[in-house]
Amino acid sequence: MWVLLGIAVIVIGFMLRFNPLLVIIASAAVTGIAADLDVHAIISAFGKAFNDARYVSIVWIVLPVIGMLEAFGLQERARGLISGLKGATTGRLLAGYLLIRQATAALGLTSVAGHPQTVRPLVAPMAEAAAEKQAGALNDNQREEVKAFSAATDNIGLFFGEDIFLAIGSILLMKGLLEQYGIILEPFELSVWAIPTAIAAFLIHGFRLWLLDRRLNSQAASATATDEAA
Amino acid sequence: MITLAWVYALAGFAFAAFAVFNLIDKANPRRFGNAAFWGLMAVSMWAGDLLGDFGNGLLVLALVAIAGFGGLGKTKADEVPDATKHQRAVKYGNGLFAIALIIPATALAGTLLFKQFPALFDVKQVTLISLALGVLLALAVGHVWLRAAPALPLSQGRRLMDSVGWAAILPQMLASLGAVFALAGVGDVVGGVIQQAIPAGSLAGAVIAFGLGMALFTMIMGNAFAAFPVMIAAIGMPLLIKQYDGDPAIICAIGMLAGFCGTLMTPMAANFNLVPAALLELKDENAVVKTQIATAVPLLIVNIALIYFLAFR
Repeated sequence: MWVLLGIAVIVIGFMLRFNPLLVIIASAAVTGIAADLDVHAIISAFGKAFNDARYVSIVWIVLPVIGMLEAFGLQERARGLISGLKGATTGRLLAGYLLIRQATAALGLTSVAGHPQTVRPLVAPMAEAAAEKQAGALNDNQREEVKAFSAATDNIGLFFGEDIFLAIGSILLMKGLLEQYGIILEPFELSVWAIPTAIAAFLIHGFRLWLLDRRLNSQAASATATDEAA
Repeated sequence: MITLAWVYALAGFAFAAFAVFNLIDKANPRRFGNAAFWGLMAVSMWAGDLLGDFGNGLLVLALVAIAGFGGLGKTKADEVPDATKHQRAVKYGNGLFAIALIIPATALAGTLLFKQFPALFDVKQVTLISLALGVLLALAVGHVWLRAAPALPLSQGRRLMDSVGWAAILPQMLASLGAVFALAGVGDVVGGVIQQAIPAGSLAGAVIAFGLGMALFTMIMGNAFAAFPVMIAAIGMPLLIKQYDGDPAIICAIGMLAGFCGTLMTPMAANFNLVPAALLELKDENAVVKTQIATAVPLLIVNIALIYFLAFR
């Protein structure tokens, strides 16, 4: 029972906004000590897992390319492209990206897009430019909202597309776990059941993007109305 | 054969460059902290397999000590003026997109193509290998066509890396914490607690406990993969599959997706929720999580309903 203290450390540490890296180390130490592990074993287990998980941090090698392109005006160009397009709205743009992200993830292409690769250099500036067309000048909160929606759309597209692919990690995990219980399933039998949720995710998030468009448009309408009144 | 080790070598080079650019940057008051932090990441990428488990653990402790006690800073050096960027955007036009798309296009083409050459490439890692190749190709094209100085990508990459800061290693840290949790048997204890909380004899109660449990435990662990074996052992297998005779494929597939709804709602899933907030320079580090809640909650309800109506026909 005492090993649950580590979870309490995580929850409280995040709530009190301590540096998350310190919280994680504290949680690992508390959990390990509660489970009667010695300090050497805890540090070794953590170090081994850190080394095994290095592939998670490989994605940062794209930053030099993004930095170079941004120095040459990539974000400005992305904004320019969208502000020249008729009918481009934040909601439609992000809904289109959601569909592409779900479809490519369903084909197993999870790493072709992502926050460093596509959201920061392309999707977020395009969404901002579209929002500026709809609402006129954006205040800080609106800019923040549009950017946060850009990142959220990428996550939702990835999560609710990738499990349709047969050979993704989570499908292989399910297959392996069920085999331990003596249930043999083909990956296809599992992945096909990701489709209803994928459709629901598109509809729910698409609806929220439509609402976002309405909010941005209504602000433009009220701004025009004020102008006319004045 | 080209393996992940080659990609680690490249990543080590990038981190080493970020360290060196910080070391020589007098505009950053914490330049030694930044240099040490990215320098240690370079050591991890280059020599992680030689350090041993305990050595890697000490390396992690050093990273945490630097970042956890305010040793990292940001610089104003190397910022390109907006006017210059606008000028260049007009000059180079949509060609900039073409270079940006080299990375995903190479990742896609490489993933499909390199699998045909198992003697030359580690087929399990072709996507990451292709991603690295795409980066090198994009840099080469940028050098030739934009005439970008060789140091420019590294100095600009360093600036972006410092703006992400310690959040860059959070995902790797959380994965490691999961390993310690597994060693200590946290999952079994949580499973035992949840089992006692389910109302006996109610199928709907068991399905709701399973779906909510997947989401909640994923929020705590930051990862649906960690929650899944625990919830299957506690509720999925004994109740839903054995006692109520549910379809295991539907219960597992949609149960995992209920967990993904939890991933959308937790700062513990740092690479999806906190890292983009840092990358997009949002004021509220939890802005992405807050935006996702209104999609995740209805979708979680849909997932629980799908299990209830599809798995027990």
